[in-house]
Amino acid sequence: METFASLADGFAIALTWQNLMLALLGCFLGTIMGALPGLGPSNGVAILIPLAFTLGLGATPSLILLTSVYYGAMYGGRISSILLNIPGDEPAMMTCLDGHPMAKKGFAGEALSLSGIASFVGAFLATWGLIFLAPQLVKIALLFGPAEYFALFALAFMTLGGVSSTNQAKSAFAAALGLGLATIGVDTQTGVPRFTFGEVHLYDGLDFLVAIVGLFALSEVFIFLEHRHGGSDAEGRKLNIGRLYPPMSMVRKCTPTMLRTSFLGFIAGVLPGAGASLGSFISYSMEKRLVDKENTFGTGDPRGVAAPEAGNNAAAGGALVPMLALGVPGSGTTAVLLAVLLALNITPGPLLFTQNPDVVWGLIAALFIANFMLLAMNIPMVGLFTRVLMVPSRILMPIVAMVSFVGIYGISGSSFDLLVMIGFGVMGWVLRKLDVPLVPIILGTLLGNSMENNLRRAVTIDNGNWWTLIDSPLSIALWAIAIIGFVLPLIVGARVKAKMHQRRDEEGAISD
Amino acid sequence: MSDRIFGVVGLLLAIGFAFSALAIEESFLSDAVGPKAFPLIIAAILGLSSIVIAIRPDAEPEWPALGRLVEVGAAVVVMILYAEFLPIAGFVIATAFAAAYLAWRLGSGPIESVIVGVGTSLGIYVIFHLVLGLSLARGPLGF
Repeated sequence: METFASLADGFAIALTWQNLMLALLGCFLGTIMGALPGLGPSNGVAILIPLAFTLGLGATPSLILLTSVYYGAMYGGRISSILLNIPGDEPAMMTCLDGHPMAKKGFAGEALSLSGIASFVGAFLATWGLIFLAPQLVKIALLFGPAEYFALFALAFMTLGGVSSTNQAKSAFAAALGLGLATIGVDTQTGVPRFTFGEVHLYDGLDFLVAIVGLFALSEVFIFLEHRHGGSDAEGRKLNIGRLYPPMSMVRKCTPTMLRTSFLGFIAGVLPGAGASLGSFISYSMEKRLVDKENTFGTGDPRGVAAPEAGNNAAAGGALVPMLALGVPGSGTTAVLLAVLLALNITPGPLLFTQNPDVVWGLIAALFIANFMLLAMNIPMVGLFTRVLMVPSRILMPIVAMVSFVGIYGISGSSFDLLVMIGFGVMGWVLRKLDVPLVPIILGTLLGNSMENNLRRAVTIDNGNWWTLIDSPLSIALWAIAIIGFVLPLIVGARVKAKMHQRRDEEGAISD
Repeated sequence: MSDRIFGVVGLLLAIGFAFSALAIEESFLSDAVGPKAFPLIIAAILGLSSIVIAIRPDAEPEWPALGRLVEVGAAVVVMILYAEFLPIAGFVIATAFAAAYLAWRLGSGPIESVIVGVGTSLGIYVIFHLVLGLSLARGPLGF
């Protein structure tokens, strides 16, 4: 009952005009960003972070805006998958398999609205899952001391590579690179400058927002420049939608699929390092195995559209659980959201629920509201978003680049940060070429300082005894999971990944 | 081959990182771990993973032809110039040039590029500065 009382408080916070408008704006922008190939949820949220700051928004309104963008991008990704056979963002990859064949058969409108409903079901159920699971996780997290936290961070890094990259060495490299970047600046415990090379701008450390926008948004611009991909993917094609509402029989037929895959997607989202792409992948493969008796999957089966969409939206909700409850994000976009919280001086983790219940419950309430808004936007108004696909990237990409610059300049007002951002953009481009995942880098720059502080606190409390790190059953368990999570993909992961990666190119470095 | 070079560069980076970690001056008031230990652990991981990357390289990525590389390089130069000239020329002028350049290089015609450049610049100025009140770089002309 306590939960419902908190939820009611949350609605009281979320139901202000300002917050409703922000949710609406976020849903709208998010759907557009999700729909446009090349801009995914993590890019989209990254570009809009500076906007949230310059608007002078508080913690709850900023989070409402940005999580609405996140949910919106998850909804929007399917639009270009279905109409163009090009995933708008990575998790929407699996939706191409049945969505595009459906569109070719003349059922584009049905596919779009059905996947909209599936997205809604997935996200709605996942938000309930978040409400009930997060407080339980908080109870466990309250038992954590510094040593356990250190192990938990290690676990996050070691499992992150399992799915997001094809090469564990490269994800380890990325994580170490991110952690190394985080150590730049004045050491918080002793006050000595580290790796600053006398540059005063570096004493505060690198701003992770600069790193995020550079790595995600600018590197995208470079990719487009490299391919001179200036046209619109929709050019020369007729985007014919047809009827906008699916027949009831189709929805009824897909309901069991949606419920099953929502559950599965949610679990995939909660697990560290998995995220929405895995959610939609396993949802689709499981449904294929379970209900595909006549081998219609892949030829435009509505269930094949509903499964990955419910799965990836549920995973998006699930990924918020470890981010809010433990302060350890499980995916790229939640890492970016974590950056927002940190920049607002709010430390996510178990204490968030006791110290800032307004932020947590306001956010959860806003997620419900955003979900209904998205459903409304995505079914009757889907035609509007399909128009967006006609915008050629030679117009879009300069805007993306300039908005990134403006945002970062708006936060710090210094040209130095812009230069650092360009540096990160180039680094992101090279690393994406080399198939090094970018998410562990972001996570490293975000979590590096608290990881180090926990390590030092743990060892200092025990008078310099390093064995304290593996002294409690809880931390041993965490280390065990971490090691299994790192080693297992080396053994069995190759097959799953090969399947998942069949359909992707260098876009894959930004995985969610 | 790319991965081998990448691994070697990574290894050099790790060694450099380790050396500058060792060079950190310790304060006389320090905790039991000190400011060097964590960076050294990171350097070790960085080095080990670089060695693995160099020994077991992935398939060669598709590198762009030289012309395309120059293209990306030129865009970087334009962006750096943009960052440097922003406080001097002011937001609207600098942004219009940079956006027009990017639009041109992505395949817009000359007229379209100018429209995209000016449009982006003015659009951002109106939305972010006039409506949302974000302070943008002021040039000599006041915008």
